[in-house]
Amino acid sequence: MTLYAAIFYLLAIVILTATGLAITRRQPVHAVLYLIVAFLGTAAIFFLLGAPLLAAFVVIVYAGAIMILVLFVIMMLQRSPRELGLLSEWGPATLLGVVFLAVVAAMVFKDPGSRIVLQGAVVKPRDFGHFLFDRYWLAVEIVSVLLLVALVAIIQLGKRMGADGDEAESQLNPVRNSNGGLNPGGIILKSMPRCSRWPRGPLARREQRGIISNGVRGGHQ
Amino acid sequence: MIVPLGHVFLLAGLIFSMGLVCMVAHRNLIMTLVGVEVMMNAAAIVFVAAALRWQLMEGQVFILFILAVAAAEVSVGLALVFSAYRRTGSIDPDTYNILKW
Repeated sequence: MTLYAAIFYLLAIVILTATGLAITRRQPVHAVLYLIVAFLGTAAIFFLLGAPLLAAFVVIVYAGAIMILVLFVIMMLQRSPRELGLLSEWGPATLLGVVFLAVVAAMVFKDPGSRIVLQGAVVKPRDFGHFLFDRYWLAVEIVSVLLLVALVAIIQLGKRMGADGDEAESQLNPVRNSNGGLNPGGIILKSMPRCSRWPRGPLARREQRGIISNGVRGGHQ
Repeated sequence: MIVPLGHVFLLAGLIFSMGLVCMVAHRNLIMTLVGVEVMMNAAAIVFVAAALRWQLMEGQVFILFILAVAAAEVSVGLALVFSAYRRTGSIDPDTYNILKW
């Protein structure tokens, strides 16, 4: 066993342990933190398999950006009241995973091509960039359009959650916070005073315009 | 002279099945998205191993697109989860019964 093979198996153990711990946590925060470890191990495997630029991208995008985004969203939400733990909930899913894994293992060991030992090679970032923008520039542009579409979708979702969707929300069994507003995630809504401070509904909107004067709700001015 | 190709595939298969279990078993939409991320991670490992096996750079190029798609997917997914949470007060998908009457 060469040194590279030892490093690979060590990284594989780290990734599998971290992923296994991540998927069994009940708190999503702990799961995401373990998953950051798994992604860092994946970046190291990318580096080992000759893709240093992609290793850097995984550290920056996956472990750095996406997981932190998930953490921020977890901080906005309350905990899910129902927790896992029963065997009847884990059992079918685990059976599915084991069957999938058995099929994968059978296919891998059946194929003689999978015994070929990988030869080390490193793709320089310069060569990678030339190759990417020489042959696949159109795909890069399409991906940039995809990211733009995602951005527009997120802005639209956030806008509808905030200002305009209160009729639809107020009919749907809302969770009210202490202010009487409609916002269960109180942390984010403190930055949006229009949502948290003003009361909801058509009556409240008339009050904002001054049609209903004070006396209905004192102490708000 | 690193490892046989099959071992990398087995590692990716293990990670993928873990992501599958996480996605199916949890009653939490955040953990469902986390499972999808784990599965994409496994797919990326397969691509980089195949790129090294056939000495082709297309596999590594594809990982770049996987990264971009994962970023778009998780951001839109989290926005949808948060929207559902704002409307129903829960991120447990079993409690979504607005269409029931």
